[in-house]
Amino acid sequence: MKKARTIDWKSYDPAPFYDELIAAKNKPRPCARTLTSYLAALDSDEIQTRQQAAELAILEMGISFTIYSEGENIDRAWPFDIIPRVIPRSEWQQVEKGLTQRLTALNLFINDIYNDQHIVRDKIIPKYVFANSKNFREQCQGFTPPLGVWAHICGSDLVRDKDGTLYVLEDNLRVPSGVSYMLENRHLTKRVFPELFENSTILPVDDYTNQLFDMLASISPRPMDYPKIAVLTPGIFNSAYFEHSFLAQRMGAQLVEGADLFVDDDDCVYMRTIHGPERVDVIYRRIDDEFLDPEAFRPDSMLGVPGLMRAWRKGNVGLANAPGAGVADDKVIYAYVPDMIRYYLKEEPIIPNVPTWLCVNKPDREYVLKHLDELVVKPANESGGYGMLVGPHSTKKQRSEFASLIKKNPRNYIAQPTLGLSVAPTLCEEGLEPRHLDLRPFVLQGVRTYVTAGGLTRVAMRKGSLVVNSSQGGGSKDTWIVEEDA
Amino acid sequence: MLSRVAERLYWMARYLERAENTSRMIMAFNSLALDMPRNQSLSWRSLVSVTGMEGIFNEHYQRDDERNCVKFLIADAYNPSAVASCLRAARENIRTTRDQVPTEAWEVINELYRYTFENLDTAISKRGRHAVLSEIVGRCQMLTGLLTGCMSHDAGYDFIRLGRNLERADMATRQIEIGALQLQVREDDNEPYEGLLWTSVLRYQSAFQMYRQNVRRRVNGPQVVSFLLQNEPFPRSVLHCLNEVVTALERLPRNSVPLRTALQTARHAGEADVHQLIVDDDLIDYLDRLQLEIGELHRDIVRCWFPIHEAA
Repeated sequence: MKKARTIDWKSYDPAPFYDELIAAKNKPRPCARTLTSYLAALDSDEIQTRQQAAELAILEMGISFTIYSEGENIDRAWPFDIIPRVIPRSEWQQVEKGLTQRLTALNLFINDIYNDQHIVRDKIIPKYVFANSKNFREQCQGFTPPLGVWAHICGSDLVRDKDGTLYVLEDNLRVPSGVSYMLENRHLTKRVFPELFENSTILPVDDYTNQLFDMLASISPRPMDYPKIAVLTPGIFNSAYFEHSFLAQRMGAQLVEGADLFVDDDDCVYMRTIHGPERVDVIYRRIDDEFLDPEAFRPDSMLGVPGLMRAWRKGNVGLANAPGAGVADDKVIYAYVPDMIRYYLKEEPIIPNVPTWLCVNKPDREYVLKHLDELVVKPANESGGYGMLVGPHSTKKQRSEFASLIKKNPRNYIAQPTLGLSVAPTLCEEGLEPRHLDLRPFVLQGVRTYVTAGGLTRVAMRKGSLVVNSSQGGGSKDTWIVEEDA
Repeated sequence: MLSRVAERLYWMARYLERAENTSRMIMAFNSLALDMPRNQSLSWRSLVSVTGMEGIFNEHYQRDDERNCVKFLIADAYNPSAVASCLRAARENIRTTRDQVPTEAWEVINELYRYTFENLDTAISKRGRHAVLSEIVGRCQMLTGLLTGCMSHDAGYDFIRLGRNLERADMATRQIEIGALQLQVREDDNEPYEGLLWTSVLRYQSAFQMYRQNVRRRVNGPQVVSFLLQNEPFPRSVLHCLNEVVTALERLPRNSVPLRTALQTARHAGEADVHQLIVDDDLIDYLDRLQLEIGELHRDIVRCWFPIHEAA
């Protein structure tokens, strides 16, 4: 249990970064005024008592994530900071519009490249960009899933720079995780600070699982009131197993593993139940494409269901997200999203991209190689914050390693400026300290589009660190979208 | 209900019941050991052998003294029937069926698991043993109560009921066996302690009070055996448990094979003539046969509903 020594709001100073709660030393932002004055009135002991109460609740409720260490998997208690991050509703409405716009364009793009490829013919995006993307699936060509939607669930990462501008840092269209922690964080905050919810208007987040159920039901091949929905998990050893189970439970869906399902001669998917086989209409799969169906992808996969792709292409089962949707996770494709928005929707992007240099283009590459000490270099197809170079924090040796990696496979690398990620007051061993954070809202697209009110705020708990992933020492905060007082 | 989920619920209930029964058994034996005169020491090994794990015990221990036996029965991870191992397995099975059981059940098992592993050393020690084991028994019962009171009594619950009662019946036959072994090796100077022994067998099962209310005679071997075997109203008697198994089976689909085996096993428990078995010196063999039948019933359940999966 962590022990904050002093909690002194007066001397808290986020400079030189943008702080989510404090505009400048001793000046809270209007949206955070209620929160900060409430917190400032609590003494250090009281704050620590509440932090400890939250940590105890996390253990009791078994909110955990799993990490691998020396061949064993260990359940770690979910790291949570009780001080929420606050965003004014007026700003959030723009973000909602921006995310809806973005996911709409991405779905049009994915459907286009698996079919007629207008965007290539019109020379907006060169073909090589997706043709050799690691997540482009030939097996999906010439097919349009119900509603034309491929990425039904998207978790986009947003970051705020020094000047307060929000950027989309990446789109996660494969199996984005974290939404259960967003819901549990709210649950915890209500337990820790019930008084605050009485006196302010904080938008609720609890509706997510209902929205998820409705969206999944909307892609069922059989129109009925209660389609059979299953959440397909790789099993208890997966780091997000807690979330798979949580979502199944909240939706009243079956939590299944690959071996629970089979595809019969009629090309329909069935689960093995105590009553015998029972047909499944929609699968919310939390298994990567490659493991989904050993007949279509990796033949050695033990996690998937043989024949699943066949059943899907016949229209006998809905799959969310559709296989192949991850093609747009590629960070080279990411760079083209603003162009996609303009091309498909004839609109200007509402939320900007982080400026991105594509190492595959010669002028960009030369620039990147010259400025490695200032830039963040990322591989195009990794997630979880692995395999990247943070220029300003790197050694000469690391930079020369990356230089040769880039020269060897330029298609696989992009670079972005090092952003001064925004911070928020966080309880640390040193006391109340600014820590960097990002935000992952979740977007659902079926017949309609739904954006969560806020999302999962992830915090880099180590001083100066920019790495927010929970597998690498990141924590989290509740995220409040608040109605500002007039 | 998925076959895999049904299987995990079934095993969860079995492991939970086994943890509770083993804890009870150690507590009652412990209290009996304190009552015995110094020249009449009890064999702790007999506790190990009734759990059917003597082979594993022999692989790890040379001496079958109290400490080794108790450590083996409570804490040793390589003993799959040790209290700690059972709770670990029960927790793992709940963890993987969290969407099926009430949320509180997960919280309780999680807490119980943490409590047990934090207090293993105390549980093995002579002085702390009783307190820790009663806490474990209490929390197991809390969990059982929670499942009974807060979970829909649908197919999932029927599998829990199956597991719980099958395990309870099995453990009851083993506990009767502890007493029966003493009947077999009866020596004359042992007799004053026979009452004590049977009282402790009753106490394993929280049955002492119910026995007194029902039997109204001094505690003696044959009466205790028939009470624990055949007293239908008593919820820990073998017959009662097997009838519960029958009721749960009747509610499940495609049940004909296991149901037939269960009815037959219940008949064999209910119709046995305990006095004759004792006179013929056949009680131990009879109990072994009953255990084999219960094992057969388990295999029928597995074949019928859990065709492919292995539970934790």
